[in-house]
Amino acid sequence: MPWYKQAYDWVERRVQLEGFVKESAEHPVPRKTASWWYVFGSASFVLLLLQIVTGILLALGYVPSAGSAWASLQVLNHDLPLGWFLRGMHGWGSNFMVAIVLIHMTQVFLFGAYKFPRELTWILGVFLLLMTLGMAFTGQVLRFDQDSYWGLGIGASIVSRVPFVGRELVQFMLGGPIIAGATLTRFFTLHVFVIPATMLAFASLHTWLVLKLGINEWPTPGRLVKRETYIQEYNELSHKDGVAFVPGAVWKDAMFAAGIVLAVAICALMFGPIGPTGVPDPTIVQTAPKPDYFFLWIYTALAFLPPSIETPVILIAPVIGIGIMLALPFVAGLGEKSWHRRPVAVILVMVLAVGFATLTHLGTYVPWSPQMDGWSADPVPIHFVDGTKPLERQGAIVFQEKQCRNCHQMGGLGGRRGPSLDYVATRLTEDQLVRQVIQGGGNMPAYGKTLSPAQVTALVAFLETLHPAHQPIAIDASRHVAETNNPAPKEPVEAIRP
Amino acid sequence: MSPEQNVPGSSPHSAATTTNQALESRRSFLFKVSIAVNALVAAAIATPVIGYLLGPIRKKGAYNSWIALGPLSDYHEGETVLATYRNPDTNQWDGDTGKVACYVRREAADTFTVFAVNCAHLGCPVRWFPQSELFMCPCHGGVYYSNGDRAAGPPERGLFTYDYHVTGGKLMINAGQMPTLANEAKLVKGILPCPGTSKPTIG
Repeated sequence: MPWYKQAYDWVERRVQLEGFVKESAEHPVPRKTASWWYVFGSASFVLLLLQIVTGILLALGYVPSAGSAWASLQVLNHDLPLGWFLRGMHGWGSNFMVAIVLIHMTQVFLFGAYKFPRELTWILGVFLLLMTLGMAFTGQVLRFDQDSYWGLGIGASIVSRVPFVGRELVQFMLGGPIIAGATLTRFFTLHVFVIPATMLAFASLHTWLVLKLGINEWPTPGRLVKRETYIQEYNELSHKDGVAFVPGAVWKDAMFAAGIVLAVAICALMFGPIGPTGVPDPTIVQTAPKPDYFFLWIYTALAFLPPSIETPVILIAPVIGIGIMLALPFVAGLGEKSWHRRPVAVILVMVLAVGFATLTHLGTYVPWSPQMDGWSADPVPIHFVDGTKPLERQGAIVFQEKQCRNCHQMGGLGGRRGPSLDYVATRLTEDQLVRQVIQGGGNMPAYGKTLSPAQVTALVAFLETLHPAHQPIAIDASRHVAETNNPAPKEPVEAIRP
Repeated sequence: MSPEQNVPGSSPHSAATTTNQALESRRSFLFKVSIAVNALVAAAIATPVIGYLLGPIRKKGAYNSWIALGPLSDYHEGETVLATYRNPDTNQWDGDTGKVACYVRREAADTFTVFAVNCAHLGCPVRWFPQSELFMCPCHGGVYYSNGDRAAGPPERGLFTYDYHVTGGKLMINAGQMPTLANEAKLVKGILPCPGTSKPTIG
């Protein structure tokens, strides 16, 4: 007997795991579940392990101190050999993990896999999703840059809206009165100890349940889940028309996992590490903080909520959302599994996907926010001032200097908070322009105190030039009457009436 | 599902002599006692653990103190400038995050308004534009007038302001904590004023 076989036997006689492992590996699964659709769960677990390995390696170089974290990331990026690659792997691994976990959840939902007897598997999965997002957020905090710092500020401001205990919760979250060293070490503890340990335990139990209850069979329209007969039907399916998990189904999981890890490595190689952006110095106010990609939809939602319902929505909507996810297997735990006969489920997935995608897309170009350098980055395009009178040109200067372009586009450049002003003269009359500038309204600040009457006159004269050559400007018909002091129209009003 | 496994001890095959039964009940009693002892120890340990975790929570204003923002000559009448200070409650390892910024507006010789940089919506840093005399927030489009009143966007109130006083030619502000809706920069006593009035009616 060769030495390694002897060593194996010596260990096996003591740990006695061979039987269990062999039985688990060779347990039969229904033939049709040996499908490429079933690879996302194992891929999520592989990504979790990859995150743990790369995370431990990053911990060798990271300094969890508010004063030094940012500098230690620079050392990781630039000085430590291949530190940039490991940061890239960890950052892109996180992006991939959020994406794969969401795909896994969608597949499980559409395949009815959360139904009896796999309710607990789904519930553990909901917590695993929340913890994955928690890891993504705390990880973003550890990349201690301006986005991270002000992201914590947004978090604290949301927490402060909790009734009665808001102030206490903020102090608890920040570990003190302000975002500082204690805040970073709190999130470091969560990101490195608390959440990963809980995740590993939950993911192991999640996998154990898959092993004990069997992988969900391929849904067939008309085959209903009944509490009395399901387990017997499943056992028949997996034993009579089944394949051994190893090697019948596992090779697809393994191939996909290898592909995903390779994809993470290629992204790390091609796009490099994510951040850090500017130093986390709160006295640098020239910053436009933005969360990571998968939180952009929340960022967008927060911009669009009306102030009157913002606090209730922020605090109650997540509770309802998580509550619905947890209640799902108990409300719809029996019956049809196939998506062919679950139109509500399919529509729900489509609506959520379109909703999240739209909010995320809006988050990439923030049309609700002034563009801080809109007034200083680009000059007024020449064709807008070509052939204008001195007063109008003076108005163009007022327009530029008073930061109007931070919110209003001209020639496709500038902020998008307000409407583009390229053709504003066709929409508003002179009087309406004056009123809008002085009084504001419709979410525009009033400039009555900031602009002198002469500046308003010049500005409106300039705005009046903004119309296409073939289109006349909007006029108030009664103005002519008032200015010419000629109250009687040439034709009686009755005569114009049809 | 597999049938319920018989729990050892409840099996009819277990020995049933009087001595064994007595021993059995003695052992299960001791087992229960051991659980109770552990529960007591856990409770005893949990108290300081929870106390430690909740340590940062302090009474309203407990983190605040009067901070000097420099001589009055630093601030010119009618101008709004960014001022910075080191938070009173700070550690050496806080680095730059121990610093705090605020906007000081000198209205008249000894009248000031000191604004927090944090937007009243979700705490992002607002930027002052002296040309249009507006504070603009880069996150969700909150805009405020030069006196801190809300001009546009999602904030539900104006900018947070700090209490200040002038001592020995120096501007002092009462600060120390990140201002949020639950913990405004100014120490609010009594009942908030009704909308449209400037003074609280009670308190």
